[in-house]
Amino acid sequence: MKSFSYERARTPAEAAASALRRPDAKFIAGGTNLLDLMKLEIETPAHLVDVNGLALDKIEATPEGGLRIGALVRNTDLAADSRIRRDYGVLSRALLAGASGQLRNKATTAGNLLQRTRCPYFYDTNQPCNKRRPGSGCSAIGGFSRQHAVIGASEACIATHPSDMAVAMRALDVTVEAVRPDGTTRNIPIADFHRLPGDTPHIETTLQPGELITAVTLPKPVGGTHVYRKVRDRASYAFALVSVAAIVQRDGSGRVALGGVAHKPWRVEAADAELPRGARAVATKLLANARPTRDNAFKLALAERTIGAALTEAKG
Amino acid sequence: MKFDSPATTNPIDRLKVVGQPFSRIDGPLKTTGTAPYAYERHDVAANQAYGYVVGAAIGKGRIAGIDLGKAKTAPGVLAIVTAENAGKLGKGRLNTAKLLGGPEIQHYHQAIAVVVAETFEQARAAAALIRVDYAKEQGAFDLASLTDKAKPNAITGGPADTAVGDFAAAFAAAPVRLDARYSTPDEAHAMMEPHATIAAWQGDKLMLWTSNQMIAWNAAEMATILGIPKENVRLDSPFVGGGFGGKLFPRADALLAALGARAAKRPVKVALQRPLMFNNTTHRPATIQRIRIGATTDGKITAIGHESWSGDLAGGKADGAVSQTRLLYAGAHRMTATRLATLDLPEGNAMRAPGEATGMMALEIAMDEMAEKLGIDPVQFRIVNDTQVDPEKPERPFSQRQLVECLRNGAARFGWSRRNPQPGRMRDGRWLVGMGAAAAFRNNLLTKSAARVRLDSSGIVTVETDMTDIGTGSYTIIAQTAAEMMGVPLEKVKVRLGDSAFPVSAGSGGQWGGNNSTAGVYAACVKLREAIAQKLGFNSAEAEFADGEVRAGNRRVPLTQAAGEAGITAEDEIEYGDLAKKYQQSTFGAHFVEVGVDAATAEIRVRRMLAVCAAGRILNPKTARSQVIGAMTMGVGAALMEELVVDRRAGFFVNHDLAGYEVPVHADIPHQDMFFLDETDPMSSPMKAKGVAELGICGVAAAVANAVYNATGVRVRDYPITLDKLLERMPDVG
Amino acid sequence: MQGPSDFEVSRRKLLLGTAASVAFGATPFAHAQTPAVPAQADVADTVSMSKVSFNVNGSLREIALDTRTTLLDALREHLHLTGSKKGCDHGQCGACTVIVGGRRINSCLTLAVMHQGDSITTIEGLGTPENMHPMQAAFVKHDGFQCGYCTPGQICSAVAVLDEIKAGIPSHVSADLNAPLQLTNAELRERMSGNICRCGAYSNIAEAISEVAGRPA
Repeated sequence: MKSFSYERARTPAEAAASALRRPDAKFIAGGTNLLDLMKLEIETPAHLVDVNGLALDKIEATPEGGLRIGALVRNTDLAADSRIRRDYGVLSRALLAGASGQLRNKATTAGNLLQRTRCPYFYDTNQPCNKRRPGSGCSAIGGFSRQHAVIGASEACIATHPSDMAVAMRALDVTVEAVRPDGTTRNIPIADFHRLPGDTPHIETTLQPGELITAVTLPKPVGGTHVYRKVRDRASYAFALVSVAAIVQRDGSGRVALGGVAHKPWRVEAADAELPRGARAVATKLLANARPTRDNAFKLALAERTIGAALTEAKG
Repeated sequence: MKFDSPATTNPIDRLKVVGQPFSRIDGPLKTTGTAPYAYERHDVAANQAYGYVVGAAIGKGRIAGIDLGKAKTAPGVLAIVTAENAGKLGKGRLNTAKLLGGPEIQHYHQAIAVVVAETFEQARAAAALIRVDYAKEQGAFDLASLTDKAKPNAITGGPADTAVGDFAAAFAAAPVRLDARYSTPDEAHAMMEPHATIAAWQGDKLMLWTSNQMIAWNAAEMATILGIPKENVRLDSPFVGGGFGGKLFPRADALLAALGARAAKRPVKVALQRPLMFNNTTHRPATIQRIRIGATTDGKITAIGHESWSGDLAGGKADGAVSQTRLLYAGAHRMTATRLATLDLPEGNAMRAPGEATGMMALEIAMDEMAEKLGIDPVQFRIVNDTQVDPEKPERPFSQRQLVECLRNGAARFGWSRRNPQPGRMRDGRWLVGMGAAAAFRNNLLTKSAARVRLDSSGIVTVETDMTDIGTGSYTIIAQTAAEMMGVPLEKVKVRLGDSAFPVSAGSGGQWGGNNSTAGVYAACVKLREAIAQKLGFNSAEAEFADGEVRAGNRRVPLTQAAGEAGITAEDEIEYGDLAKKYQQSTFGAHFVEVGVDAATAEIRVRRMLAVCAAGRILNPKTARSQVIGAMTMGVGAALMEELVVDRRAGFFVNHDLAGYEVPVHADIPHQDMFFLDETDPMSSPMKAKGVAELGICGVAAAVANAVYNATGVRVRDYPITLDKLLERMPDVG
Repeated sequence: MQGPSDFEVSRRKLLLGTAASVAFGATPFAHAQTPAVPAQADVADTVSMSKVSFNVNGSLREIALDTRTTLLDALREHLHLTGSKKGCDHGQCGACTVIVGGRRINSCLTLAVMHQGDSITTIEGLGTPENMHPMQAAFVKHDGFQCGYCTPGQICSAVAVLDEIKAGIPSHVSADLNAPLQLTNAELRERMSGNICRCGAYSNIAEAISEVAGRPA
């Protein structure tokens, strides 16, 4: 870990301004992913802006009937919030399917969105990785790629986004709120928040330098039955091979998003319309143009079957 | 004491303390965080500096150049040791690869440098500043492509190949035949405590506070590597945070702490970083196995053949996957063969039940497959083919063999009769449910073991031996042994372990620790009893030690008085005659597993587990049970998730951390049932005990595999059994 | 907010701070041995120090630390509270679990300087060999450990898990998110899954926790 200076920010704008002044700075909140990566020198900030003191840890009702989740709300608290449990069950379920109790106690809402991939080649600094060292190549292509993306990947990167929470948020169509260094705020629809790798896999979100996530806003509840189905080898404390966030209405309509298949939570709005026709129709639409590797081709069948299981569960 | 004739009645048979389910005597220390592990010995040496290990970035080749410039001038750096400046290092007898590589690199993450600094943070940061240029060489990283080039290699306790009768002819003539290939992957010990050492030099003497299973081996090995006399090396390893074979030999932490301390002229502590451990240390090697079984239509095996291929670095050893097939089932015509290919992956070596663990993973699926072909219940098929003698050398009976009893007892307890032999027919909601069984088998190994016992004037019995407790319960069973022998309550016994200044014990490995180390303590206690009797003028054959007294005839003397001010000390060693040659000594068991397989996603979850074992006298049923259920847990890992994935291009294990290399977590393991059958084995030692710690892993993965087959009808012969291997052949869901 | 923050100690001041750190039994720093570096120098070539004070097991502790020091290393290497274990240093095993402000966390994935003013309970704060916490005693009774290395983390986790259930925090296996929680074996196993035990004492650990929770395993 490279040495870094450390400051505790007092307001979001101050934090953003501080980060803009120091291009080598990073915000730290939960730290559960950043410190992991700093120990391996995959992240090497020279300055850390501790944002834990910012008063961003509330979940408040919005005038639109939704909820505004402070960026620093811990995963445990978000999952346990009675309003989330009642009206946004898929989000609660997704959070509880992720990581461990200890990590959820520390990890924040914003930090969870900003998690970096768990690709083992990204984690091994001896290996080429375009995400870690742009231009060095992708070791996962032609290597061990069982966990990797089957859709939306590029010749430069086939990593997946590891978050469960973000998959549920994609199904819920949340908005990410960020503050700019000048103190103004910007709202980013979750659909536009995470990027596909393209030629620049090291750029993972559409946040601009210095921008600090302050909140995630949930639109008003959409009702329906909420299901989050996470498939993994180990029963707990493991990243998803495939996950499905589904919200299904009585009439069979609804929304579906997938985790574990792409560089971002994967949702194709057109696939939602296929819901009444069943899992195969949905999966076909969602995963059209999928390009799996030999190691992860099973994810196509698995995604379809998991969507099917989620729909069965939703029907009760 | 020489143990060369079967044990007769002795003080252990009183079973007042031995055989009782005492809680671990080290429990209060371990549960309060006060048991000191190697890296935590702040008290033993002042001014400890921190070492951080740099691993090689290539699988095979040479270091063309190494630039330490920036690292040397980084804050806090005290010294950097590489092969260039380490001085001449010898090659140990026990390791295949060098612990400090360079300029030749033998495997990925082979240690090439240690950076010593004032703080851990400084050492880690400076280590990242070292720049290395490599000249990569083409390595051999793919076992499957090298089976043709593999050469015969002897396994522990036997030759590479064995043959009895005419296997080929008998197999060809058998009316029912199975010929199948299986594979097991490279696996990691992944013990929770990383390898760690604090090293300090006093003149030319080296002190190592380390985490190690085999103290005497390691003191000698370190002396060889460093080129110093054996008596100049002292090891202390009172608490070991797990080993499973991964801490049998010295590792880079010990060598680099020693070299770092010499260079920095200060005590140095080094722990292997977790992401380095998987490629830097040893692992259980992958195997490819072919099993052929021929039988009569009524299920009698007439021919059984087992071949195994594994790989290792040049000069390494093969996995002994065929070993149990030489002993487990009857059959007049038999063959086994072991082949070793040269690979440039990290060093393969012992991991919990080396040989039987991998061999049983394959053999016990084969037995299930064969039973199905025969239309015989798989438990019954095993019973039908029991043998009470070594099938390769029928003149050698087993000392004890209760395999059939284990199978029958386990089947009854588990409700095996409720199993539907037709796969895919049992359903519980979203779960396809299946049951599987397998035999458990592991040899009992005898090796000499010494101890020193002292009785002091306060009536305290202190045992000293270089035996280790790696979670096995050594502290407790040794205390129980001494308490039983000396007729004192358990609280009156103090046990000191893991110091190379103590008498040399069996150490912990090969499930030999429990029986041999307590037998060594028994021998020392016999000598102490004689010394006490002699001092008191008692006839030592008549003297009875009980309730803190020595009694003979009408006389009774409290031990406190017998000890006198000076106390009395005795030391002895158990050594063995040829009983193990005359009698095959093995441990047996039966595993029963119920799994659920998600009908949609093919996720596999274990629902019930049961083991019934027969392994000689059980010295402490509580700690022995823990050993077995712990091994069952590791077996579930082997069955369902554990695999070091080889990148065959760059030549390394890709998933080299505890997120990538999945081992079972709480949620994977249901309540486990485990029972021991009554058994005493007078051929094994005066304790009449045998090993038990590794028996529990042997066969359990196959029981899981067989249960998955029973649940789904999908037979997977390549471990681990993950959902992607089932998915295509899973029944359709609506 | 320019220059070092209030919490940072400059290199020059560090020499003064060293005495304080020694007084707390910390490993002596060695900056006096390296040349002073101008403030503008590449921070990678310097060591950034910070003071932090927090309450550990009921005692106020104040230490000056390299900002890179994790809470785990502060406890183990500076305060010599070695009960919290380093199994992986990457949040992948749970051996480092401690309770901060009533909640369990992985102390390896948090910086000590981020815990100014916090209350930290480690395994040493739960009980002693002579006076064990009921959870520690139950682990001994049920043999909920073997090598002992993951054990402090398991016990800290277990104590916190029972509080989490009392507080109504649901888990992945809670059948109904909107109904009162049931303390089942499956709940315990799921909630404890962030603590790996390679010796495989899980079945016994579940029994130990169940006993403390007052329910059959």
